[in-house]
Formats: sequence, structure tokens, C-alpha cells
Amino acid sequence: MQDKNSTYNVHQLSDHLFRHESGKMVSVLTKIFGTENLGTAEDVVQQTFMDALQVWAFKGIPDNPSAWLFRVAKNKAIDVIRKNKHSVQYDFSDSERALLKSEYTLATTMENLWKEELIADDMLRMMFACCHPEISEENQITLILKTLCGFSTAEIAKSFLTSEDTVSKRLYRTREFFRQHKIKMEIPSASEIKNRNSAVLNSIYLLFNEGYNSTHSNELIRKDLIDEAILLCKLLTENKDTQLPETFALMALMYFHSSRSDSRLTTEGEIILLANQDRRKWNYNLIAKGNEYMDKAAFGNSISNYHLEAAIAFEHCTAESFGKTNWKRILELYDWLCKISPSPITELNKAVVLMQVNGAAEALQFLKGISEKNKMETYYLYHSLLGEINSRLNNSVEAKKNFETAIRLTQSKTERKMLKEKVAALLN
Amino acid sequence: MERYLYIFRGGDAVSAQQSPELLQAHMQKWGAWMKGLAEKQILDGGEPLEVAGKQVNGKNKMVIDGPFMEAKETVGGYLIVKASSLDEATEISKGCPILEHDGKVEIRQLKKVDMPK
Repeated sequence: MQDKNSTYNVHQLSDHLFRHESGKMVSVLTKIFGTENLGTAEDVVQQTFMDALQVWAFKGIPDNPSAWLFRVAKNKAIDVIRKNKHSVQYDFSDSERALLKSEYTLATTMENLWKEELIADDMLRMMFACCHPEISEENQITLILKTLCGFSTAEIAKSFLTSEDTVSKRLYRTREFFRQHKIKMEIPSASEIKNRNSAVLNSIYLLFNEGYNSTHSNELIRKDLIDEAILLCKLLTENKDTQLPETFALMALMYFHSSRSDSRLTTEGEIILLANQDRRKWNYNLIAKGNEYMDKAAFGNSISNYHLEAAIAFEHCTAESFGKTNWKRILELYDWLCKISPSPITELNKAVVLMQVNGAAEALQFLKGISEKNKMETYYLYHSLLGEINSRLNNSVEAKKNFETAIRLTQSKTERKMLKEKVAALLN
Repeated sequence: MERYLYIFRGGDAVSAQQSPELLQAHMQKWGAWMKGLAEKQILDGGEPLEVAGKQVNGKNKMVIDGPFMEAKETVGGYLIVKASSLDEATEISKGCPILEHDGKVEIRQLKKVDMPK
């Protein structure tokens, strides 16, 4: 009999290992069964993990747990094929999958389909399938988290502050879409790659931001979101078809941001503003990695929003102190960013910088002309910035109103606490 | 295009003497050969057979346990391949790895039976 302690270790190790291996296994199995049978692929992975928990708790963790998981998944996949090879639901018409239908070649073909050197490309193909243009952004990210990042429905619900029911519905809709349209697992052709790649990058960046900006979810999920986003983007940087300048630029941007992630929150999970962050806590290894990717991003003749955002993050990362930040340079970058990728959020960020460089009055003037003003009226950061500007202009009454509107509009406890402190400061 | 049945006989005696590594390599050869057929879209299925079997005979339905003949004559499996003629089907069968193990391939066209006139 094993003692309690080793059972505990099995669970601890397997949580991490399962999340890591799950994306690979789902990708390979989806290649085998077709996207129309994504549910089967996920079931095989789930059953493999359940077998592992049972067997490992009893016999101990094998020397090479990944190889163990792969072997069990292969055998289960073989069983699925034996059962379904004459079913119309499975398409074995292409030449590689045709070999899965005969016992002469089933086992060797299965072995070949799981070769280590093919797995990264299978994951890329899976990413492109998840980011199919006809799937909505939120469904894309939900599916990526489920299939490629090994998140449970509950964890996805926590990351997006939504119910498990909503997540299940989103997953169901996307699986139905795959089933009906038999989306191919492929890396898009040269003529499509730029657009399709940009959809994938967008999803990865949203994942990253969910991890980086969220104040609601627990620390572990936050870190995992950041790590997974970086991992997926790294895969894109390693394939010749997807290593475009913007891919490297996003990688640089995420490294620059994540270098500061430990100093952004107090141990109680409260936000520390950039001006007050302890810059000694920034991770200079990650900044160096960001620089490496920034260098690699410098080719081709187009500048993406990721290039500019990375350049802005770089300025922050390398400034000795808040006061010594090169705000002028950052303002130039924001001007540029507003030109190539205009959005009210970018304009809002630009207004913050404008306040630093040219003063609160000019920032206020600029905010009056912000685009999509109706939408911004419901965004707490807009009111929070207005409050900041008005308080600097000594319009205390206005500022108080702005902060109070922001308090009403935010869901986040930490944000609310910070805004209340600002209101209190106005009264002094 | 007609369909032809390859009936494989023998080859097991050689396979049985080989190390697992060589046998693995032999199976990879089967894979490569069949992959070639699949890529030309002329592979129409087929399976290896277990040695043991039974035979039911005649009106009395007498049952005999197999194998029924010596190893080199035992049918070990079959494949169905599309080809334009018996000669072409015969040429294609020459790539079969069973021949390296001293086995045999019998090639027979699948017959179409029309309604009697």
C-alpha cells in the first residue's frame, strides 16, 4: 500500500503534467479523428488521465510519465478506430488516415502520427482551427484554453468571471461548428497566413491580458494564463510560416509586461500603480528576453500595433524611475499607435501620457474628442482618468463625481478600494 | 478500374525467426508500401488473419479446426487494390514486403456477377 503522502504527490505532479501534456495530446488526436470528432479526442485524453491517476496512485509515478500518457492515449485511439472505422462519422479518406483502417498498418501509422517532432505543428494547426474566422473571439479563446491549455470548464469560468454553464455552451457551439463544417487541421496558405496569423495573435494577446490585468482570479490561474500565452506564441515563432515580424513583436511585448508582473500587486492582491512599483522587483531576465525578440521583430516593411506597444513597454521597463521615464518618446509612440490601430482604449492611454508631458489641461481637451464616446461613458477607467485630470486641475467637485461614477462601473474590489482612497484624498 | 484481391500466403516462418527490431522494420515496410497505394488512391482495404480458424464442410456441415495446411500455404491476410488490368495488379503486387520473407501473393480479380438474362 502507498501512504497518503505519495497519493498527494501523484495529484500534485499530475495537475501540472496533465495541463502541460493535454494540449499536445488533444492536438494529435484531433489530427487523427478530425475536428468534427473533437469531443472524442478530448474524451480519450480525459480517460487517459483518469487511468494515470488510478494506476500511479497504486504503482507510483513512472520514470517517464509523458511517455506513459502517450502510450495509453495511443492504445485508446486504436480502440476508438477499431470500433468506428466503418462509421461515416470518421473520415479516413486521406492517404495517411486510410492506413489507420487496416490492421496491417494501424499500429505503425499510429506510432508515426505521435512522433515528437510533429507535435508542435499539430498544436499550430489546432490553434488555427480554434481561430477560424467564423468563430467569435470569445469562443476562440474559450476553445484554446480548453483544448490547447488544458483548462477545465471551471477554470475557464473563473478566468473570465462567467458561469461554467456559459463556458459549456460556448464550447458546445464551437464543437458543433467543427462537426458541421469539418474544419481542416492545417496551417493556412501563404496568401492567407498574414490575416489568419493575426487572428491567432489577437487571441493569444487576449489570453495574456486576461492573466496580466485580471484582479479577480486566483494567482495560480493568472500565472498559468500568462505562461500559456507565451508558450503558444513561442510555437508560432518557431515555425517558418508563422514567424512573421508581428509574432516576434507580440512575444517581446508579453515578456516586457510579464517582467513587471510580480511588482504590480501587493501580497493581498491590491494593485500597485506604476509610479509606486519597486523597480528592483522587475525581472531583468525577462526584459532581456523581450529585447531579444524585439531584435528579431525588426524585419519586413510593416509595423504592427505589437511593435509599438512593445516599444512603449520597453521604455517603461528601461526607465530608471517613474520620474525619469521618457514620456516624450512614449507620446510619439502613442501618436503612431493611434494612427495605425485606432481605438478609444489606445486614445485613453495616450491621454494619460499627454497628462505627463503637456499637463492636465491638454489631456482634458484631448479626452473631449475621444472616439466612441458613448461606449467610453460606461468604462470605469475613462471616468477614473477624468477624475485624475480634474483633481490635478483643482476641480475637486468634478473629480469627486468622476471617481464616484468609476466606482459604480467597476467590478473589481481592488479598483474600487483605490478609487475610494482617491475620493478621500480630495476631501483633505 | 477493376478491383483485385491479393491473397497472401506464407512468410510467417521467416518473420518468426526475426528479432523484434527487424520485425518492426518489416512492419514499417508494409506501412510504406501501403502508404504508396493509399496515396495513389488504389488501396481498398485489407486485413491480416490469425493462423487458427475453423472450416465448415458440405451438407453435413462438418467442422474442422485449422490451420488446414502447412505454414507456407496458409492464407495470412488479404488486400484489395484497384488496377486497370490483371497485369497491372500483378506488377503492383511485386512491391509487397511479404515476398522478402519468401511468401507468395495470389492475385485474383473480383468478379462482377450480372443478373441472369
